[in-house]
Amino acid sequence: MHPALQGILTIAFGVGGCVGYFYLSNIILDHAIFPARGTHIARNIRRANIVRPWLFLLPALLALGLYLAYPVFETLRLSLTERVPGGGSVFVGLDNYKQMLGEDKFWEALQNNFLWLLVVPAGATAFGLLAAQLTDRIAWGNLAKSLIFMPMAISFVGAAVIWKLVYDARPPGAEQIGVLNAIYIYYGGDEAQQWLTIPFWNSFFLMAVLIWIQTGFAMVILSAALRGVPEDTIEAAIVDGANPFQIFFRIKMPQIMGTIVVVWTTITIVVLKVFDIVFAMTNGQWQTQVLANYMFDKLFRANDWGVGSASAMVIMLLVSPILIWNVYNARKEMR
Amino acid sequence: MANLKLTDIAKTYGGTVNVLNNINLDIQTGELVVFVGPSGCGKSTLLRMIAGLEKISAGTLEIDGQVVNDIPPAQRGIAMVFQSYALYPHMTVRDNMSFALKIAGKPKAEIDATIERVAKTLQLGELLDRLPKALSGGQRQRVAIGRSIVRNPKVYLFDEPLSNLDAALRVATRLEIAQLKESMPDSTMVYVTHDQVEAMTLADRIVVLANKGIAQVGTPLELYESPQNEFVAQFIGSPAMNLFPGKVIGTGDVTSLRLDGGGLITSDVPTTDEDMGLTVNVGVRPEDMLITEVENWVMECTVNIIEALGDVTVLYFDSLEGQAPWIAKLPGIHNGLRGQSVRLTATPAKVHLFHNGQSLLYR
Ligand SMILES: Nc1ncnc2c1ncn2[C@@H]1O[C@H](COP(=O)(O)OP(=O)(O)OP(=O)(O)O)[C@@H](O)[C@H]1O
Ligand SMILES: [Mg+2]
Repeated sequence: MHPALQGILTIAFGVGGCVGYFYLSNIILDHAIFPARGTHIARNIRRANIVRPWLFLLPALLALGLYLAYPVFETLRLSLTERVPGGGSVFVGLDNYKQMLGEDKFWEALQNNFLWLLVVPAGATAFGLLAAQLTDRIAWGNLAKSLIFMPMAISFVGAAVIWKLVYDARPPGAEQIGVLNAIYIYYGGDEAQQWLTIPFWNSFFLMAVLIWIQTGFAMVILSAALRGVPEDTIEAAIVDGANPFQIFFRIKMPQIMGTIVVVWTTITIVVLKVFDIVFAMTNGQWQTQVLANYMFDKLFRANDWGVGSASAMVIMLLVSPILIWNVYNARKEMR
Repeated sequence: MANLKLTDIAKTYGGTVNVLNNINLDIQTGELVVFVGPSGCGKSTLLRMIAGLEKISAGTLEIDGQVVNDIPPAQRGIAMVFQSYALYPHMTVRDNMSFALKIAGKPKAEIDATIERVAKTLQLGELLDRLPKALSGGQRQRVAIGRSIVRNPKVYLFDEPLSNLDAALRVATRLEIAQLKESMPDSTMVYVTHDQVEAMTLADRIVVLANKGIAQVGTPLELYESPQNEFVAQFIGSPAMNLFPGKVIGTGDVTSLRLDGGGLITSDVPTTDEDMGLTVNVGVRPEDMLITEVENWVMECTVNIIEALGDVTVLYFDSLEGQAPWIAKLPGIHNGLRGQSVRLTATPAKVHLFHNGQSLLYR
């Protein structure tokens, strides 16, 4: 079967299945299990209404349980075991973790992750805020916004490919196509550089990709928040003599601080899980390793499920507190 | 400390929506001028043009003899109190009040002293370290007023400052504003309101805005006693003035009129011989209507509805097809008038005459 046709069938089957499930299960609940008639009509309606939310949540709960909750525990179990040659596994306690902590690559990955953590959320939020403020008042602001938002629609791997071309360097003599090298040479650089192989700085070239993607997200959310700042507080500040910078930093920004925090933490979570960009651009070489790519290396290249799972647990431990804080802030914002 | 002079001011939004035209107005130092008018007539627009928040489309605005059309709000020496208070939600009361002074780079000691002084006059002392969301509506309004006072402006601008308060608080805050004005006799104030009582009690002069222009400017009692046109006559005073169509049948120092319903009445408004036979609207305020037995009645009608308010009784009568009912407001309590036919008249001094909407008093 043609893959497109297959896709359409899957969608039709999935959506139809959902609608069918909700419709039929509702009918069964209302007519067969707790019928709204007879002597216990009031009690039946009440019970049906108690059960209904769970009925509707059931598919989602099952799916999340199967694909999220179960893997967490399975990963935890795997991280404490080791494969035995010839099949099966044995419990090895914290050995995998010990081995992992002894590896330089792990520490490099952890270090890089922290670097990403410092740079990307700050960069994306700052650029997003700037874009939101600047595009708000101009006639072609919406066009600018769509352009800035567009990278959000590109997969990380696609974005990595695009930026690989930006950083590209061909052997001397061949025609150069990399934009960065073009700029470098225009401003007096001697010859084309292999940007992605220059340790320390190459991490920043990778981060640029994620900032490029996430700025659009930050901009959209912050732009909505900026519009929510009451116009008359801004007018009051104008009357009070504040200049545009003071209005932005002392009146507008403090009022959207909650949203800024939510955007910041959301991007932080994306950053902690960053994998595709590093995988597609350097695959962790030249000291650009990050935790998720390290995990992938161990799990699927070295076939070492123990250490791979252990690093997955580390990532989860790092993400969880930020996730909880993020949800807490988002809820506070919604109130 | 400052007088305002508005010359031929006009406002057009976006080049097409014309809102105000030919506004000419002199506001003296120390005056409290109130802008009133129906919703959407441009009161806020005019105030915001004075503040500098809205561009002046045509004409000139002078503050203290200086043309300020192109001077930014902060340098015009004005302060504005917004209807929604517009307090900075993330700043404490103290920071709200000191924001302008900090921006202006005043030394800290001076700022603190000013805040203390103003907080004391407005009884905000306890609240200085609270955030706006922890204040009641009335307290927020006081902070907003305090924030304008600390800047020591030449002109205060108020845009419906009391309209978000409940009735009792509105009266109390109105008195506070009156006292505030009293304590600062040199400061000029411009005040926009919907509320007639506010306008009548606070204003030195009232500016009635209507039809993109000024309908009349005058002291509250001038507007009440001798309105220049039907609009002002019906806008000022509550319930609105009754208008009876009629004809002039006798001229001179006093004018005699025959009403379309057959009634007769005289007015102290003088007329000349040319006015004989002129069709006019005879205006009588509900509170000036008197129950009478004499022949010179304005109208003889059946009482439709009675509103007994205790101190006064409001009677509603059927008027002409498709028009608002005629109303009489009698002092005291009058029971049992409902469904009765009564004759009403008014003393000549209280009878206004309008021709084509304009008062015959101003010719
Ligand atoms: N930005 C704008 N663009 C176009 N028209 C506007 C704009 N702002 C106000 N107007 C129009 O100008 C007119 C006057 O508005 P304004 O707010 O001054 O009225 P107002 O007298 O203060 O009314 P209210 O008593 O309801 O506050 C209204 O008809 C309004 O629709
Ligand atoms: Mg208004």
